Amino acid sequence: MSAIPERVHLKFQVNGEDAPVSFAPYKTLLEVLREDLNLTGTKHGCELGECGACTVLLDGEPVLSCLVLALECGGRRIETIEGLARGAALHPLQAAFADFGGSQCGYCTPGVIMTAKALLDKDLNVSREKIREATAGNLCRCTGYLQITEAIEDAARVLREERK
Amino acid sequence: MSKKRFDVVGKPRRRVDGRAKATGHLKFADDLSAPRMLHCKLLRSPHPHALVESIDTAKAEKLPGVHLVLTRKDFPVPFGIMPVSLDEHPLTDHARHVGDPVAAVIAFDEQIAVEALNLIQVTYKKLKTISDPEEALASPEPRIHDYGEQGNIHRNQSYEFGDVDEALANADHVFEDLFFYQGNTHLPMEQQATLAQVEGDGKLLVTSSTQNPHYLHRQLARVLQMNAAKIRVIATPNGGGFGGKCDPANHEMVVAKAAVMLGRPVKICLTREEVFYQHRGRHPVLMKMRTGVTKAGKLTGMHLQTLLDGGGYGSHGPASTFYTGVLTPVTYDLPRFKFEACRTFTNKPACGPKRGHGTPQPRFGQEVQLDKIAEKLKMDPAELRLGMVNKPDSLTANWLKIGTIGLAECINEVVARSNWKTRYRQQPHGRGLGLACSTYMCGAGLPIYWNKLPHSGVQILLDRSGQVTVYCGATELGQGSDDVLATIVAEVLGIETGMIRCVTGDTGTTPVDLGSYSSRVTIMMGNAAMQAAERVRDQLATATGEQLEVIPSGLLFSNGKVFHAESGKSVDFLEAIQFAEQKFGTLGALGSYSPPKPPGKYKGSGVGPSPAYSFSACVVEVEVDTNTGWIHVPKIWIAHDIGRTLNPVLARGQVIGGVYMGLSEALMEEQAFRRLPPKLSSALVHRMPSMLEYKSLTALDMPDVDVALIEDPDPNCPFGAKEVGQGPLLPVMPALANAIFDAVGVRIDEIPVTPDKVLRALDLKSKGLTPRVGPDHFPSVPYPEPVYVATPAEGGDGKESKKHAAAAVV
Repeated sequence: MSAIPERVHLKFQVNGEDAPVSFAPYKTLLEVLREDLNLTGTKHGCELGECGACTVLLDGEPVLSCLVLALECGGRRIETIEGLARGAALHPLQAAFADFGGSQCGYCTPGVIMTAKALLDKDLNVSREKIREATAGNLCRCTGYLQITEAIEDAARVLREERK
Repeated sequence: MSKKRFDVVGKPRRRVDGRAKATGHLKFADDLSAPRMLHCKLLRSPHPHALVESIDTAKAEKLPGVHLVLTRKDFPVPFGIMPVSLDEHPLTDHARHVGDPVAAVIAFDEQIAVEALNLIQVTYKKLKTISDPEEALASPEPRIHDYGEQGNIHRNQSYEFGDVDEALANADHVFEDLFFYQGNTHLPMEQQATLAQVEGDGKLLVTSSTQNPHYLHRQLARVLQMNAAKIRVIATPNGGGFGGKCDPANHEMVVAKAAVMLGRPVKICLTREEVFYQHRGRHPVLMKMRTGVTKAGKLTGMHLQTLLDGGGYGSHGPASTFYTGVLTPVTYDLPRFKFEACRTFTNKPACGPKRGHGTPQPRFGQEVQLDKIAEKLKMDPAELRLGMVNKPDSLTANWLKIGTIGLAECINEVVARSNWKTRYRQQPHGRGLGLACSTYMCGAGLPIYWNKLPHSGVQILLDRSGQVTVYCGATELGQGSDDVLATIVAEVLGIETGMIRCVTGDTGTTPVDLGSYSSRVTIMMGNAAMQAAERVRDQLATATGEQLEVIPSGLLFSNGKVFHAESGKSVDFLEAIQFAEQKFGTLGALGSYSPPKPPGKYKGSGVGPSPAYSFSACVVEVEVDTNTGWIHVPKIWIAHDIGRTLNPVLARGQVIGGVYMGLSEALMEEQAFRRLPPKLSSALVHRMPSMLEYKSLTALDMPDVDVALIEDPDPNCPFGAKEVGQGPLLPVMPALANAIFDAVGVRIDEIPVTPDKVLRALDLKSKGLTPRVGPDHFPSVPYPEPVYVATPAEGGDGKESKKHAAAAVV
């Protein structure tokens, strides 16, 4: 017979801050982020690792948070869409998605932006082909992808200029 | 007011909701939670067709953490999107497809709810499964529904506009073709979710990922037997809709009922698999087209027959059935037209409206057939089409009023941009170009339920802080309806869109708008917004004119100021508001819109009319690997007659997004079913209810798309702007199939066009057989005697008449 499950207590590092959290031990990172940390910016489209909507960065690498057990994330560095903006100013990726049509319904947007951030963190001179390859695991039903690619290219340009 | 250059219309800019989407701030339905919230899960039938003989929920109810179990007996009243198809119960005792919900558990969390579902004991009496339309026609019993035309025929209709037998007899050539278009689904990224709760004032609040809060509101009142004034529906921004969130849905009714019964918030979010069962997607349609053509390449008439696989429920089916024919005559001069359509019930998830609603299927057939006609007549397919484009301000044979038509410009544009004339039929084997055209409505002329009320209402409030708040029941699906609303108001008032706050999709606070479907929002909401904005602008002008001692009609609203050009006097927009608030009191205005009365007067003439039609032309380039059948699409050129572009970033996004979805349908998307092996019940199940196996294009598959927006402002539309959300999808599928023919000389007369079909056709070709893959027969359908209507060109009056009497008039 089932009952209300006991919770485990862990501390993650979320968007640069310590985040203590208690949750039912069977939960995925996606569920803990959305339901226990109230970070609903991370979305889900399948909860089976098929669509990319739940992409977050775990120790700098993009992961499908629906396939990561939250129990494995104690002490680890997690980046979500909520932590991307620079204070009140948008991150260049966010600004580019908003300005160049990279986001229509906006549901896949957080996942694509986090995937793109991981890509640009490694290489700001990334080719269009590499962008398409990196985002091929993020399904989008609205944009037809071209404006997503264009937005990432523009963000890379802005970030390159910032670095100069 | 004085004429001015546009402030915001046509200028590329960030959409009003762009920032919230890029930061993760925007709340979708499943992002919401409430204190003491419970979770709901649905028990779904494992059988495609079965009666629930008994259902024992006792064990489930006793599971700790379970608060409520609901079944069919809790829902005596049926619902449905159309008044003629109220055939769904939120929980059923007659399962019409695998996945049909029969019980619901409301529990502390989803985990417990799922455990409880497993404790519900259901005894089913299995019925014969009706798996496709042919089986439905051959099996009047058992009936899937006890209503409809007869047996398992849901809708059956026939119309004849002018004597089509005569038109075909007088043609130089009659082309007869069969086409099949497989069903597919919307696959929105967001799984449907709903949160229902009783608010502090005792009223029910249902917050849901719905495209049509107004229709959901009506159906909730019906199912719950509650006063509609005590129910508030908020449509959250949809994470994509494409038609899939138009129908009121079982899960919405269930959580609403549970919240009322328990007095606690109840939420549900469908799993991805469940989204495939909710479906309401593209109907599989078998088509037969007989078309008469003169030697010179003019159409004399067409006889179109369609057979739709409706799935287990009515849904929008009555409209879908009409849409498999009614827009066929809108692109080209088709003097006579006979259209017979039949929709059958089958034991599959219900089909409904998907982007293009019922029209992509016949358009595919028509545009591929035109390619065959051009081939036979040795004419260039572009020239053939240019020679028959409909005239502006004309009436079609079936009495649809065409306003502006930029189709010829669209064809010329894609022909020029793709270097069609030097490349079509002139490329190496394996490489080809295909052309196709289409049209779509800018909103349906009639509402889904019969009434004479406005289709859209907009309210604007202004206050002394300079705040402009615009209220409308339209729903943001990602298509940009909030941005359209802000753009129109901003343009009239001469301010930036960023100065405007849009409050939309809330039946508790916003004027009624029928919803985000049929590409109606820009035109209908837009015209209502225009009227409201002009009314407040006139108030501001009157008060400002008085203050500046100038004639109000000489004032110009632009750039955040109110100018009087002659005298050079001006005030800030904020000052103008304060003058007006001082003169008139609290400021605001309402606007509303009803579409023009359709010219057709025969029964059934209400489906198809629209205030305006958009047009598109498309060229697809393909490279076909003749060893594997693999189809690579390097580039697509598309021109869309948009009337006027409100925001080029969004318009281009809609065009590319439409091309993407069309190409994905053309190449791979299938809502297909299979029989389980006998030891596993032989049930008819969805072949691939997951995002991994239901294939759709990725960023890597997407070709380069060259977009041309053709602007010929339509007087029925706000600033002349027509729709762009659905039209650009429609020509892609036939253009792809036509390109395959140019590349390798085979005809694939069905969608999707997959490598195995290309290989099969190539194999037939190598054996000297007809190089075609497609349907090989059209079953005998008991279509009724046609409703005969004389065409406008033949002196008809738009009413039904006797065929011979009408012929005598001619």
